[in-house]
Amino acid sequence: MSLLFFYLFAAIAIAGALGMVMNTRNTVAAALSLVLTMVSLGGVYVLLEAYLIGALQILVYAGAILVLFLFVVMLLNLRREEFSPQRQRATKIVGAVIGILVLVQFLQLVHGAFGTPAAIPEGFGGYRQVGTVLFTDYVLAFEATSLLLLAAMVGAVILAKRKID
Amino acid sequence: MLVVIIKLLFIVLVIMAAFLPIITWAERKQSAVMQDRVGANRADILGLRILGLFHPIADVLKLFTKEDFVPRGANTVLHLLAPVIAMVPAVMAMAVIPYGGVYRFGDLELNLVVADIDWGMLYIFAVGSLATYGAVIAGWASNNNWSLLGAMRASSQMISYEVTMGLAVVGIFMVYGTLRLPEMAAFQDQTFRLLGFVELLGMIDTLPVWLDWIRLPMWGIFLQPLGFILFLTCIMAENKRPPFDAPEGESEIVSGYHLEYSGFRFGLFYMSEFLEIPVIGMIVTTLFLGGWSIPFLSQETIVGVATPLFGEGFGTAICLALHVGSFLAKVIFMIWLQLAIRWTLPRFRYDQIMDLCWKMILPLSIANILVTGALVLWIGGLQ
Repeated sequence: MSLLFFYLFAAIAIAGALGMVMNTRNTVAAALSLVLTMVSLGGVYVLLEAYLIGALQILVYAGAILVLFLFVVMLLNLRREEFSPQRQRATKIVGAVIGILVLVQFLQLVHGAFGTPAAIPEGFGGYRQVGTVLFTDYVLAFEATSLLLLAAMVGAVILAKRKID
Repeated sequence: MLVVIIKLLFIVLVIMAAFLPIITWAERKQSAVMQDRVGANRADILGLRILGLFHPIADVLKLFTKEDFVPRGANTVLHLLAPVIAMVPAVMAMAVIPYGGVYRFGDLELNLVVADIDWGMLYIFAVGSLATYGAVIAGWASNNNWSLLGAMRASSQMISYEVTMGLAVVGIFMVYGTLRLPEMAAFQDQTFRLLGFVELLGMIDTLPVWLDWIRLPMWGIFLQPLGFILFLTCIMAENKRPPFDAPEGESEIVSGYHLEYSGFRFGLFYMSEFLEIPVIGMIVTTLFLGGWSIPFLSQETIVGVATPLFGEGFGTAICLALHVGSFLAKVIFMIWLQLAIRWTLPRFRYDQIMDLCWKMILPLSIANILVTGALVLWIGGLQ
C-alpha cells in the first residue's frame, strides 16, 4: 500500500519537475509544475515517517515560497527576449555543470550498497523529537539561522523603504 | 476499514449535504433579518414555500443550466482546473477534526475522527496553505486584468494571514502540550477553578471552601482569550469573505479572481467559500470551544449516570450522541457568528487589511506567545 503511494508521489514529483524544466514558454505554468513537485515531495516525506518535515515541506515550500514565486512571476510577466543572449548562455552553462555534478553524486550513491536500514526509534520524525534535537544538539546552528533570517528581514525592510522615499 | 468509511461518510455528508445548502439559505435569511427585509421566499413547489428553503435547490438548478464559458485567450486547462483546486483544501481539512471522543463498546473502540494523526494541526495548516492556489490560478488563467489583480490580492492577503494564523495558536499549543486534535478536545473536557491562582500567589493561608465551587470549563477560549480573537480574525481573512473580501473587491475590481467564471464552475468557487465556513467553525470549536465536550459534564459523569439507567453499551451510545450533538451545536453557533460578522462589518480597504495583519495581529500574537510561555513556565515550576 505505502509502496503504491510512493510510486504515485514519485511519478507526480518527476512529472512536475520535467514540466517545470521543459515549459520554457509559460513561466506561470512552470512555477505551478514546481508546486506539484513540492506537494508530492511532502507526501514522500510522510511515507518516510518524517511527519514534521512533510508538513513543513507543504506548508513552507508549496504554500508560501511558491506562492511568492508565482506572485513575482505574474507581476513581472517575464519573456525570454528580456535577457541578453550572453546571459542566457552563461546561465545554461552553469546550470548544466551543476546538474552533471548532482547527477554524478546521485549515481555514486545509488551504485554503492544500501545495506539494511536501521530500525526506526519510537516517535521518529514527530515534532517533539525534532524540536528536542533542534534546541539541544543543534541550538547553535538554529540560532545562527535565525540571525541570518533576521538580517535578511531587516535588509528587505530597508530596500522596500528606500523605494517609497 | 468499514468503520473508517462510515466515519468519513458521516462527517462529509453532514457538512456537504446538510450544512452547505442550509448555510446559503441562512446567509440570505440572516442578512434579511439584519437589514429588516423579508429575504428569499419566492421559490416554491406547488405553492409551498417553507421560509424560502427551496432556494438552495433553485440555485443549484440555475448554476447547472447556465452556459459554461471559457474566455478567449484563457489558459483552458488551468481555467477548468482552478475551481476544483479551490474546493480540495476545505474537504481535506475535515479528515483530522474530532467530532466525538473515544468510546468503548465491548471490544470495539470507537474514536470519532477519520485520521487520528499526531501532527493534526500541522496537517490543517499545510492543507490550508494550499487554498491560495485556487484563487491565484483562477485569476491568472482567466486572461483578464481584473482577475489578475484579484489573484495578486488573494495571494498576498492569504500568505500574510497564514503567518499570523500560525503564531496566534502557538499559545494554545503550549497550554495543551500537543498538536493532536482529539487530545486537545479531551483536554477541554475538564474544569478549572477560576480563582485557583490565589493559591499560587500564596496570599491567603487557609482557602475558603467555596473557591473550589467557582469553576469554568477548561476551554481554549477561557485559557487563551486573546489567541481566540486573533485566530478567528486570521482564519476569517483566509476565507476571503467580507470584511476581508479584497480579492473579490466588487466595487473596485468587479469580481476579482472569479470574474470570468460562470455556470457550475462559478458554483464551485461559491461552494468552496461556503464550505470553508463550517470547516472554520469546526477548527475553532476544536481548538477553543471545547470540541465535543459538554461543559461541567465530563465523559465519565455522563457514562456513569446513563449506564445504570439504560444498560452498558446503550449508556455509552447516549454519551456519544450527546457529544456529537454538542459538537454540531457549537459548529452551528460558530457559523451563525461568522455570518453575523460578515453582515455587520463594512469591508476593509486593501491596505487596511495588510496593516491589521502586520501591525496589529503579528505583534499581539508574539506578545501572547511570550506571556503564555512565561505563565506556563511559572505555573509548571510552582506545581
